[in-house]
Amino acid sequence: MKYEDAIKKYDPVLGIEVHVELGTATKMFDAAPNSFGVGANENVTPVSLGLPGALPVVNETAVEYAIKIGLALGCDIAESCRFARKNYFYPDLAKNFQTSQYDEPIAFDGSLEVELEDGELITVEIERAHMEEDAGKNTHVGGSGRIHGAEYSLVDYNRAGVPLVEIVTRPITGTGERAPEVAAAYVRTLRDVFRALGVSEARMEQGNVRADINVSLRESPDAPLGTRTETKNVNSFRSIERAVRYEIARQATVLEAGEQVLQETRHFHEETGETSSGRVKSDSDDYRYFPEPDLVPVEPSRDWVEQLRADLPELPAAKRRRLLEAWGFSELEMRDVINAGLLDVIEQTVAAGAEPAAARKWWTGEIARVAKQEDAEVTTLVTAAHVAELAGLVKAGKLNDKLARKVLAGVIDGKGSPTEVMEAEGLEIVQDDGALEAAVDDAIAANPDVVEKIKGGKMQAIGALMGPIMKATRGQADAGKAREMILAKINS
Amino acid sequence: MSQTSAITAAEVSHLADLARIALTDEEQAALTGDLNAILSSVAAVQEVATDDVPATSHPIALSNVMRPDSVGETLTADEALSGAPASEDGKFLVPQILGED
Repeated sequence: MKYEDAIKKYDPVLGIEVHVELGTATKMFDAAPNSFGVGANENVTPVSLGLPGALPVVNETAVEYAIKIGLALGCDIAESCRFARKNYFYPDLAKNFQTSQYDEPIAFDGSLEVELEDGELITVEIERAHMEEDAGKNTHVGGSGRIHGAEYSLVDYNRAGVPLVEIVTRPITGTGERAPEVAAAYVRTLRDVFRALGVSEARMEQGNVRADINVSLRESPDAPLGTRTETKNVNSFRSIERAVRYEIARQATVLEAGEQVLQETRHFHEETGETSSGRVKSDSDDYRYFPEPDLVPVEPSRDWVEQLRADLPELPAAKRRRLLEAWGFSELEMRDVINAGLLDVIEQTVAAGAEPAAARKWWTGEIARVAKQEDAEVTTLVTAAHVAELAGLVKAGKLNDKLARKVLAGVIDGKGSPTEVMEAEGLEIVQDDGALEAAVDDAIAANPDVVEKIKGGKMQAIGALMGPIMKATRGQADAGKAREMILAKINS
Repeated sequence: MSQTSAITAAEVSHLADLARIALTDEEQAALTGDLNAILSSVAAVQEVATDDVPATSHPIALSNVMRPDSVGETLTADEALSGAPASEDGKFLVPQILGED
């Protein structure tokens, strides 16, 4: 069944679990570095390896980051919470359990406002955010490199114990055909929150942020929830959209055939955009959680929580709303600015004295054009201060748009500040009335026929005089002033 | 679990599966008996633990034991692998992983 047909017949419900690796200096429960780029099994301690007798101790900064994430998502922060052992046998964790949180997450009952491409706002309810540790990395050797057919596997525990926060949504309903878009926009918004908080580099491509996407279908919004599948570790925004889309179509096909959707984990395949069956849930989900006896409860003091709340940076959605109001942009203009990643630099340009409209015009216009042409990052070409200076020169009447673009080119070429380039290249608009007057007189004298037309009321004929005037002044004449002068002279 | 709960042979079999332990029928029967004996002993606690006693996970009333986020001593890869039955390229070598993907 095609997606378009599936979505007409069924109501999709999403549930999203996002894992974010925290950017702490050390791991969650031991002092091994939380870093990339070292040799295998070098960032390990007896705790990372789950050696007998090794005892974990909680990383205070990881707890702080988890609380910040909870607060940013509008969650309540637990007065007391414990860690729990999630028992499973798999060599990516040497202990045979993952230290996680079960019935006592550090943060719960929040929400996140998500903006879609066209500006529609969707509120996603957050059930919980809990702390846990990442697992090591398995490399399957032999066969095709996939687990099936592998002769053996190699394990690197550098990542084992890296602090994670897992954020779990409540069922996301009412999205209809926009479900794929909502899923991607939610994860993107979370990513932006992590970055704004400074708790993670939050790079999807490096696996700092990983999403598990639950999808189920039901006949109508009034019907009970259908059986869900969980597509694991979808690692780009585009893949999230494709995976949701594929799952909706696939499940609809199963239901249309009168069969039942299996509750199972599924894997997304980048190359085909399809998901394939992983393992059936139920059995393997019997994790036999119990409170971790080696760690005492975490009871964040209310003072600490309030301090962290007071220190929260402005979050992307709030910033957007504030600037939209302050700058008077249209929704569309604002979205273009955000999508182009120019919000911060325009804010800096405005702070440096430019008018918001001028700042937007330069960054999304000429500078973006040059960046595209040179295949460069827009914000690396010029500084906000230079753009503000350029806008100031235009506003003061020293440059017109055309000259300002020339000046900008000089600034981009590293020839100096806008004022320096303007002076060095003699681009300032001629304010000297004497030079302009001479050019006007010459033009009038050389074009008596044009003058007659103007006298006869054909005002558009003035344009024929502007050419020679601009040529004589090398384009630096103030056109408005030249026009006034022509009329004054002809009519006198 | 309540005092009346008894562990069944099927549950022991399920636990053995989860723990990746192969049990013979005799072992399974013996373990079922042993586990039931243990459970009924532990169940005595239920008589004392009434509803107004909160669940306790730690014998000592202690909380917020945390460490600053600063890097400490680590093992070298050689040390890490010194107890491993097999290794390759600085990594732990484990047998084929089956039944999962």
